[in-house]
Amino acid sequence: MEELLEILQELHPEVNFEEEEHLIDDKILDSFDIVSIISEIADQFDVTISAEHILPENFNSAKALYALIQQLEDED
Amino acid sequence: MLFTSYRFLEFLLVLFLLYYILPARWQWKVLLVAGFVFYFCANPIYCVYIAVTIFTTWYAGCKIEALREKSTVYLQEHKESLSKEERKSYKAAVKHKTWIWTLSCLLFNLGILAVVKYTNFAISNINSVMKAFGSVGELGFVDIIVPLGISFYTFQAVGYIIDVYRGTVEAEKNIFRFALFVSFFPQLVQGPISRFGDLKKTLFEEHPFDKKTICFGLQRILWGYFKKLVIADRILTGVNALIHNTDTYTGAYVFVGMLFYALELYADFTGGIDITIGIAQTMGIEVTENFRRPYFSKNIKEYWNRWHITMGSWFTDYIFYPISVCKPMLKLSKFSRNHFGEFIGKRVPVYLSSFVVWFATGIWHGASWNFIAWGLGNWLVIMASQELEPLYKKFHNRFHVEGKFGFRLFQVVRTVLLMSCLRLFDCYRDVPLTFRMFGSMFTAGNWNILWNGSLLNIGLTVTDYCILLCGLVLLIAVSLLQRSGSVREKIAGLPFWGRFLLWYGLFLTVLLMGAYGIGYDSSQFIYNQF
Repeated sequence: MEELLEILQELHPEVNFEEEEHLIDDKILDSFDIVSIISEIADQFDVTISAEHILPENFNSAKALYALIQQLEDED
Repeated sequence: MLFTSYRFLEFLLVLFLLYYILPARWQWKVLLVAGFVFYFCANPIYCVYIAVTIFTTWYAGCKIEALREKSTVYLQEHKESLSKEERKSYKAAVKHKTWIWTLSCLLFNLGILAVVKYTNFAISNINSVMKAFGSVGELGFVDIIVPLGISFYTFQAVGYIIDVYRGTVEAEKNIFRFALFVSFFPQLVQGPISRFGDLKKTLFEEHPFDKKTICFGLQRILWGYFKKLVIADRILTGVNALIHNTDTYTGAYVFVGMLFYALELYADFTGGIDITIGIAQTMGIEVTENFRRPYFSKNIKEYWNRWHITMGSWFTDYIFYPISVCKPMLKLSKFSRNHFGEFIGKRVPVYLSSFVVWFATGIWHGASWNFIAWGLGNWLVIMASQELEPLYKKFHNRFHVEGKFGFRLFQVVRTVLLMSCLRLFDCYRDVPLTFRMFGSMFTAGNWNILWNGSLLNIGLTVTDYCILLCGLVLLIAVSLLQRSGSVREKIAGLPFWGRFLLWYGLFLTVLLMGAYGIGYDSSQFIYNQF
């Protein structure tokens, strides 16, 4: 989780990612941010988040995103 | 059958009566028949095209769903006997089969779209290349019928099959229900591009006669007619004069033309969508909104989140994301990081994918280099503003301008001007001419035409300008009011005489000042041609 928070924080230092739960709904993250995050995650966690996983419920909070990473790691 | 024709209004009236008189369980069937009647009246051959798209997409969707259901049952039955590796490889095999169905469906339907819309464009480019190499021979152009709204219904079908493949929606088993989704007539000709998951919520339901919903729907239709007939079709005369006489109308005329075109396009397209959403609402059906006061955007990126929203989100979900996060792209990004540094590596997926999206957006709007140049112009501006964002932030912090009314106004005006400049590609017949006309704004030195009466010689009278000015003020006022909630709800809260005055006034305005009637050929909606 720490690693993920670092990735997110680097992108938007002004956002409290531990608390924020509407990253997509409130348009805090845009499509460019999402691509950057996925690229970083592929690098650091060695999991591939494909287009079908790009849903608001998976990206609305750091917790949801971390749960997705864990799910994909388990599937691997 | 144009939305603005008497025939269409008669068609709507008959449909409306049947929709509410017949048993409610028949409502969606009535709409399906109406869709095909509407399409048949435009040209009977169109029905063949749309039927092919409906059948192939529906069939592929059912096949994908069946494969998935079968695999779920198989995995459940063999829960104990299969190892983790075996389960994984079985799932991968099923996924591959579903992908083959999806890909075949996409290639087939996008292939039809490509052939009917882009064959002559390809031939014209081949001829240009042959000429450049000294060939005297030319390929002849082919006469292909382009079905009305083919880009819209193909995109809806493509979105559906990808959603079924991804598992975000369940495939529709009933072909007639699916046919209604693709051929729902109000949105068939100019969108919005609906998603099956959204539209099905209200499309197949039974809708009782609800006075408030129907009134709101009719009011939205009336507002759409006002925009189209009173504003768009009136200013069209001036726009046509300015953009078709390129020898006479240079310099400041180009500036006036691009602003007039901005107003025409907005009134035409949003007016058409108002009519679409209003018709659906009178039948209790909710169609996704396609605009959110786009001319109030602070920058182009925001503008594209508020203009033709359903097209933008379609391109993001079905082209931008699949390209930018696919494995080869991630590998390319990693390679770029290792060889050219973090700065370049990070940008590769976004830049390349956006380039593809804007190229596709351009060519989707029209088979010509003008539209491609327009799309790539948008890409360039968005990427540039993305790179300049840190600089903007520094500027905002240094001068404390963020949130100030004056600065906000500057941002809005800047966005409108930037978008209008880019749309010049849409106005002139080729790319070099567009650049020449743009350049003339800075060299012709004829800005006195703004006040010396020259603008009265472009087919618009003083009365026309007065009506357009009042229309513009009304559009801005409504947009401002919309920020604090539905304007129709606000009007509904007024006393009877207030409501009567507003709606009857608007009705009379359309009736008296609208460009329609016998001998007045109301023009096609601009987005119909896509």
